Amino acid sequence: MLNTVFRLTQPRKIEIAFSEIDIFSGNVIVRPTYLSICNADQRYFQGTRDPKALAEKLPMALIHEAVGEVVYSPDKDFKPGDFVVMIPNTPVEKDEIIAENYLRSSKFRASGFDGFMQEYVSISADRLVKLPADINPAVASFTEIVSVSVHAISRFKRFSHERRETIGVWGDGNLSYITCVFLRKFFPDAKIYVFGVVPKKLSDFTFVDETYLTTEIPEDMKFDHAFECVGGNGSQIAINQIIDYIKPEGTISILGVSEYPVPINTRMVLEKGLRIFGSSRSGREDFVKTVEMYKEFPDIVEYLSHMVGYVKPVRSIKDMMEAFDLDINKSFGKTVMKWEK
Amino acid sequence: MIYAVIAAGGIGSRMGNVEKPKQYITLKDKPIIAHTVEKFYVNDCFKKIIILCPEQWVNHTKSIIKKHLPEDERVVVLQGGSTRNETIMNAIKFIEETDGLDDETIIVTHDAVRPFVSARIISENIEAALKYGATDTVVPATDTIVESQNGSVISNIPDRSKLYQGQTPQSFKAKLLKDLYYSLTEEEKDILTDACKIFSMKGYDVHLIDGEVHNIKITYPYDLRVAKALLDEEIK
Repeated sequence: MLNTVFRLTQPRKIEIAFSEIDIFSGNVIVRPTYLSICNADQRYFQGTRDPKALAEKLPMALIHEAVGEVVYSPDKDFKPGDFVVMIPNTPVEKDEIIAENYLRSSKFRASGFDGFMQEYVSISADRLVKLPADINPAVASFTEIVSVSVHAISRFKRFSHERRETIGVWGDGNLSYITCVFLRKFFPDAKIYVFGVVPKKLSDFTFVDETYLTTEIPEDMKFDHAFECVGGNGSQIAINQIIDYIKPEGTISILGVSEYPVPINTRMVLEKGLRIFGSSRSGREDFVKTVEMYKEFPDIVEYLSHMVGYVKPVRSIKDMMEAFDLDINKSFGKTVMKWEK
Repeated sequence: MIYAVIAAGGIGSRMGNVEKPKQYITLKDKPIIAHTVEKFYVNDCFKKIIILCPEQWVNHTKSIIKKHLPEDERVVVLQGGSTRNETIMNAIKFIEETDGLDDETIIVTHDAVRPFVSARIISENIEAALKYGATDTVVPATDTIVESQNGSVISNIPDRSKLYQGQTPQSFKAKLLKDLYYSLTEEEKDILTDACKIFSMKGYDVHLIDGEVHNIKITYPYDLRVAKALLDEEIK
């Protein structure tokens, strides 16, 4: 089947290309319905990735956060009409120890190959997770970034000591918000403190115990463990503040992406005996866990719905451009494309 | 009930030296008609996908469908009629005989030689046909259209901003289309170029659906080259 693919050919330029989907390939065919824009997509779209990466990766269809409807399935687990979330990580091998999202051989949609800005997506059945039919589709569209938080928290449970009475979270953006929503569920008795820079954004964290501006942290602040959800130029300050305030033998989970190496206070890491671990992306089991939690705790979806900024119906390339422009001007939340193309 | 009606009536007379009718020419390792039918096959709104072709090509078409699509009784190959509208009437007759026809029966009629039709166009045709009764897929005219009554001098140049080029699908409430068609005189039938005209002749609104420039009709060898060029930039 001839399939229309909407590829970024150069910054701010989306063009149509066609692929051939082999209906006998064994893959499930999904019609994308809601696509969520991630900062990584914006870096390609705005041309702020380094020129070498742009030259290597473009042309490429953007978007790695999307849900859709199954239209054809040779796999007995799926049938036409099923509402599914698509997993962008695409492993080509299995490893008993290393998770699929850390295998260097794995491919990732809208990074190594075409993302979900397509008329139809041909995708392996194991890259799909069924969603409840009545879930808010705009929220479901950014399940990928939610699963990244769930993945990091799952690892945190493996790596950290069991005294988890207080947890500090640095960052007042999307990833921090999602991480806090899930920390609240995973550790209902823990005190969760959030540290950020924008009072208006911090005021959205109504379900945590306290929020603080990073310039006004009480001197006697202490917590058992911490999550860094800042990234970029703020990584250095955030990580070093965490090192200053965390209790000995605490665990620091780093989630923020930084383009540059970050100097950190290793002396204090050693003196306090801290554990620092990184997480990136997610795999099938994280998506499955995330969807299970959507079902078990409907208030999660309600909290996440506060993140939905614009829902832009997209019927043309002009609409796609407008969606990316709406997204770049937002301060918080997610821009979702209602995919009618 | 919604039905796809794929008209594959052409016998290839406009295709230069190409031997087969244009819908059977291979594009990207597959006959054009197979690409087209796939686009309807993956839309489960359709109760049946009815393909109509010249009598001598019925078995050939069945073989193509068998080879290129999973086995599915939704896909039916029938003989077409002497004109496009007679072909559509054959499809409606088949629906009437097999499932029955009611006021809400919709047919989405499409040229077999437009394999680039998109999911959006098909969905919007279905929605609008259910709501309005008749649809035509169009794109704004880009060339100035010149009218000449005698073929030698211009008699009129219509305002381009009000002109559109017709594509397919065209979608209709099947029973209404049938009733209107059989109410036409032979003279009226003679001037029909497509089924939408039946509705507009009888004073019914035909709702416009945005087409796509790439929803091309592969009629001439040049079109085939354009289609191949569109597919040349294969996705990595």
